[in-house]
Amino acid sequence: MLDRLHHHGGGRKMTSKRVGMEVSIALSEAVKMANVDSISAYPITPQTHIVEHLSELVADGELDAEFIPVESEHSALSVCAGTSAVGARTFTATSSQGLALMHEILFIVSAMRLPIVMAVANRALSAPLSIWNDHSDVMASRDCGWIQIFTENGQEVFDQTLCAFRIAEDHRVLMPTIINLDGFTLSHVVESLYLLSQELVDKFLPPYKPLYVLHPDRPLTMGAFGVPEIYAEAKKAQEVALRNSYPVILEVWEEWKELTGRPYHPIEAYRMEGAKIALLTMGSFGEIAMGAVDRMQEKGIPVGLLKLRLWRPFPFEEIRQSVQGLETLVVMDRAISFGGIGGPVCSEIRSALYQQPRRPKVFSFIAGLGGRDVPPEQFEEMIQQALKMKRKRQVEEFTMIGVRE
Amino acid sequence: MEQYTWRDIPIGCVVEEPGNAREYKTGDWKSQRPIVETAKCIKCGVCWVFCPDAAIYRNEEGFYLANLDYCKGCGICARECWTGCITMVEEEK
Repeated sequence: MLDRLHHHGGGRKMTSKRVGMEVSIALSEAVKMANVDSISAYPITPQTHIVEHLSELVADGELDAEFIPVESEHSALSVCAGTSAVGARTFTATSSQGLALMHEILFIVSAMRLPIVMAVANRALSAPLSIWNDHSDVMASRDCGWIQIFTENGQEVFDQTLCAFRIAEDHRVLMPTIINLDGFTLSHVVESLYLLSQELVDKFLPPYKPLYVLHPDRPLTMGAFGVPEIYAEAKKAQEVALRNSYPVILEVWEEWKELTGRPYHPIEAYRMEGAKIALLTMGSFGEIAMGAVDRMQEKGIPVGLLKLRLWRPFPFEEIRQSVQGLETLVVMDRAISFGGIGGPVCSEIRSALYQQPRRPKVFSFIAGLGGRDVPPEQFEEMIQQALKMKRKRQVEEFTMIGVRE
Repeated sequence: MEQYTWRDIPIGCVVEEPGNAREYKTGDWKSQRPIVETAKCIKCGVCWVFCPDAAIYRNEEGFYLANLDYCKGCGICARECWTGCITMVEEEK
């Protein structure tokens, strides 16, 4: 049935087609259109529909790829490392405990510069056991060296999945890339979105040309030992490479805009003109926050919204530009750094602004943990609480909101 | 190795030349080295079998000797030698 949705031939007017589709399926369709060579994944809620659909596409012969079933996420990413090393365009997907189980391989893949693309349907970490959405899984893997992108709706998921392969495989980048989509609130909802014709996808995303390939005809070593005389140099090279991916990411997004008319930026600004106060969110809550900003603006509160899309490499300069003229910045985190600064996103924002001679007061709120809803009123409450703390010159590392006292 | 700056590191630390590990001399930190008394050696090769680092080679006369560029001085060869022809002595420098 899905065949009808994407086999719609060439021609400019058929470049995109509006469909109603579950976001996990749209993501899988993007992976199919990317014509991946290999997929290895272990099913885990709420990522399940992605791997199930891809496994069906392979089994039905619609996608000519290896689908390698494994017994754990540790093995899934290990297999991906192997297939990527032999030159295969490689995809995987996971969530929560699955991402945690991949942890050691995450660092190996990025250091070996294997351009694997992974979708993470963000979900809370146990315990207590929760299948619901927050960002604690990806925040626990924050420093793994992958490019990390957040999405807000189904269209962004489809678009960013295709962009991810282009970014990751660019020889100026060669970095694995994570596409974060909120579990259930994005992964399981049916949305209306535009798919791209295969012809245009092929134009945008040519076949993967690996720089190094494991092949008996030309032996080489990947993943060698790094003695103390070389390890620090290797790590510096890796860090510089991740930072240098930044202009390429912008370039790919610019090209995507040319192709589809849909622009993407490291930070998306909403109604920021003349704003004295701003909310900052990541992921699907951006849409609720837009509604909250509209309501507050109607009441005459000069609030705007910043939506952080690119989490790694972190857009330091854009953050500094985006907050110019702001007096108050309210950052909503969906994970806790226990015993530390509270919200990992806010911590990054504060660091980015610390050296600035003029900067807004930054307030950290933690909300929406483990599937807890954050209604528009709660965004208003964050703003009100922040303004109150500012008036009273109250200093809090962070505030958890919506928690019964 | 110390001539390489971070800019010289190949992408992903790939080693493009197969087998170049042999250029890396790994035995410079040993505190003892084996001395073979060839008069007592019966050329059985048990030291060659047991050496965990494949650092023992057979010379033209058929005696088994340690390549000191790679020998770590563990003493397994001396312990396993049937005739007791291998003695471990302190590294002097």
